Amino acid sequence: MTSSPAASLTDRRKRANRRTVLFLWAVPAAFLLVFFFSPLAAVFSTAAKTALSDGLGVDLWQRIWRPLRFTFFQAGLSTLLTLLLGLPAAYVFARFTFPGKKLLRVLATLPFILPTVVAAAGFNAFLGPRGLVNVALMRWLDLAAPPVAFMNTLTAILVAHVFYNVSVVIRVVGSAWAQMNTRQEQVARVLGASAWRTLWEVTLPLLKNAIFGAALLVFLFDFTSFGVILMLGGPKFATLEVEIYLQAMHMLNLPAAGLLSAIQLGVTLILTVASSRLHTQRDTKMMPLLHNEAVRRPQSRGEKWLVGGIALILILLLVLPTGSLALRSVTRLDAARGERGAVAAALTLDYYRELFTNRQGSLFYVPPIAAARNSLLYAGATVMISLVLGLLVTYALARRSRVNRVLEPLLMLPLGASAVTLGLGFILAFNRPPLQLLSSPVLVPIAHSLVALPFVVRTLQPALVSIPDSLRQAAASMGASPWQVWREVDFPIMTRAALVSAIFAFTISLGEFGATSFLSRPEYPTLPVAIFRFLSQPGALNYGQALAMSTLLMLVCGGSILLLEQLRLPGVGIEL
Amino acid sequence: MKSNVRIAVFVTLVLALVVGACSAPKAGESTEQTILTVMTHDSFAASEGVIAAFEDEYGVEVRFVRAGDTGAALNKAILSKGAPLADVFFGVDNNFLSRALEEDLFVAYHSPLLEEIPDAFELDREYRVLPVDYGDVCINYDKAYFDEQGLALPASLADLTQPEYAGLLVVQNPATSSPGLAFLMATIAEYGDPGYLDYWAALRENDVVVVSDWETAYYGNFSASSGQGPQPMVVSYGSSPPAEVIFAETALTEAPTASLVGKNMCYRQIEFVGILKGTEQQELAEKFVDFILGKTFQEDVPLQMFVFPVNENAVLPEEFTAYAQIPEQPAQLDSAEITARREAWITAWDEVVLR
Repeated sequence: MTSSPAASLTDRRKRANRRTVLFLWAVPAAFLLVFFFSPLAAVFSTAAKTALSDGLGVDLWQRIWRPLRFTFFQAGLSTLLTLLLGLPAAYVFARFTFPGKKLLRVLATLPFILPTVVAAAGFNAFLGPRGLVNVALMRWLDLAAPPVAFMNTLTAILVAHVFYNVSVVIRVVGSAWAQMNTRQEQVARVLGASAWRTLWEVTLPLLKNAIFGAALLVFLFDFTSFGVILMLGGPKFATLEVEIYLQAMHMLNLPAAGLLSAIQLGVTLILTVASSRLHTQRDTKMMPLLHNEAVRRPQSRGEKWLVGGIALILILLLVLPTGSLALRSVTRLDAARGERGAVAAALTLDYYRELFTNRQGSLFYVPPIAAARNSLLYAGATVMISLVLGLLVTYALARRSRVNRVLEPLLMLPLGASAVTLGLGFILAFNRPPLQLLSSPVLVPIAHSLVALPFVVRTLQPALVSIPDSLRQAAASMGASPWQVWREVDFPIMTRAALVSAIFAFTISLGEFGATSFLSRPEYPTLPVAIFRFLSQPGALNYGQALAMSTLLMLVCGGSILLLEQLRLPGVGIEL
Repeated sequence: MKSNVRIAVFVTLVLALVVGACSAPKAGESTEQTILTVMTHDSFAASEGVIAAFEDEYGVEVRFVRAGDTGAALNKAILSKGAPLADVFFGVDNNFLSRALEEDLFVAYHSPLLEEIPDAFELDREYRVLPVDYGDVCINYDKAYFDEQGLALPASLADLTQPEYAGLLVVQNPATSSPGLAFLMATIAEYGDPGYLDYWAALRENDVVVVSDWETAYYGNFSASSGQGPQPMVVSYGSSPPAEVIFAETALTEAPTASLVGKNMCYRQIEFVGILKGTEQQELAEKFVDFILGKTFQEDVPLQMFVFPVNENAVLPEEFTAYAQIPEQPAQLDSAEITARREAWITAWDEVVLR
């Protein structure tokens, strides 16, 4: 076969391109293979072996159908609601400045890290049968029974999912929106399009990648929801994840748990592939905004209403439940017995003081500072692992290659894998040489990184894709080396996204409980683990200490995020 | 100039994280000392001094691996069978007992200390697992509520279906909660299968409240806890009243709660310890089991784990003698029957109570 010089040139380029893509994928793919697929394979093969010898032992159709239907239903509805609030909020954060903006954004992130038990306590204190709202309404309207039934309803599940995930939309879509050039919008307006039409036909299509990315993340989070369903939804609701947990941990029926996990993973894979097909079309590239050129004070009355309204909703939904927890951690909870209803009013720091004393002389006492340090170390390691892997993957994905089409959907799978299944897999896979890691604390940040990686990639990807090639070509033609091109063009544009993804990785690690409780050594308890220890025993002091520890968790998290956001990298004047 | 400072700050932060992350796994380093590993569940606790006494006596380090709740920990042991993660397993309960024995996890050991333990606790006559402690799942009630309302206490499970107690009891889903399962089994012990389903239908008629887990029930729904919920009766433990006193914020002279201890109203849970097959330190493991059954550890058990010691010679702490009640006729079911029927019981219960 004869080939023209031109054809062989493209051939060579193609091959070089493929080599680069494979090279970039090497480490992340190996990471997934060792720490995700091999444990899963171990679980599935063990489950299959047991199933072949003992059978499945349950009436499976019933175990699958009901939860599967409900899982889809609640996840779809929750995602819709989250977008409904998250998109306008992302717009407000991306385009306007208002007093308290920074603080509000940090506060909006805090729910993300709260253990469900604590969030449930927050909602209960607020909307429960004896919560603030009901007690006030009963007194005011002189009612005998609490008028608002919130706990153990579908509404509670939906509200909690929005509570947890709205910050995902705000951060993913918001960072893309802030960086999006306004020129096309201006052109549309000049050409006579109304503000609405511009939004629908110009802005939203330009943000499609970010919106789909955020929606998929939120959907998968809701899809594998566990704690919220159990604690806020109550016993009438069960998702696949709940069913997996029950089969694995209470019935000790590994085959059934394995089968349910496989179904959950299959659905995740289908969703991921479908969504990547939906937004394969390339972004329109324009000069990204780096210096908040489009951020301004709200001017018209409509804008003021919008900004004020969104801020108010976020405060009501996100800040009040978390804030009421913090308030209760400094409130005396031991109301005089017999004086029921008289809410204790005295303030106290006893619960915090008690955190620092090992009253029972317990071997497993956790000094709060140590728990905070462990949490921060795990979170720091997670940030580093997931950022390095995430950057490699993002650069690989930016190139056209068939390799990407195969590997990209696999990246999202850890979000659809149940924590229980993965935890069991870790035991099977890392309990013997060559990978005898089970007794090592490194498994914790590794497990966290598996969950954080999809977030990191989904945040970095839109930023990288938005860089016009013309910028790099211009730099190169003026004599910049490839390194200089990266340093001067890519780096400034990627920084914001990298910071956002670092915050994601950080918060995911800080709040994660399932895998941690499964893997962690008692010597290195994290803050959420310590909170659970308190909440599993009766007594006002335990309850108060759990709330105090939760408040510490929020402070540590909020403080760290503020610090991260303060980091302004040299040469880049990015205002987050 | 300013930007250089920022670079320095950034680099320092990153380095600090790297160093921190790398220095964390120190405990993984091997030391010269012999290590005895004990696998257990999250509720396990012990006094520092007590464990240190054992360590000093035998010149070993005891390392605890805690792996989730009772079911999760047992699962971990089953999955790592053959290459055990530990030498000793603490915390199989009677609900999981026959399942654990089926899996053939343990080597038999007839400890001399079994003489100090009543025979009734020795459910495994081959001594693959040995009893350590017991506790009762009981209904706790809010004393102040019953006083204020002038309401008589329910004296039997049947009483709970009476209209005067409508909407006053919160229980946990037996599928997701271990005290919930225990209470379900108490009703099965009282009414048999399928009689228990009629009883639960009547409880449902009487507006029993069902939640998923103990934390929600106790702190969210129970009126005498710090959560100050709406129900004055909750399925909890016989040792919860003393815990309320010990962990009270302001010193209490009287427990705010107490247990209902009528016939079959409480369900007895016994915990066992066993030496894992495949251990390379059988002898040391046996010494540890003896230690666990001995007076020192047994007397440490109540205030650390809020359960009762099985050793007859162990003296109970004051708070326990004053505020904990021990039911005279607790419910119990055969462990093999539990393993065989558990799922069917829960499924049927689910249909009657939740659907």
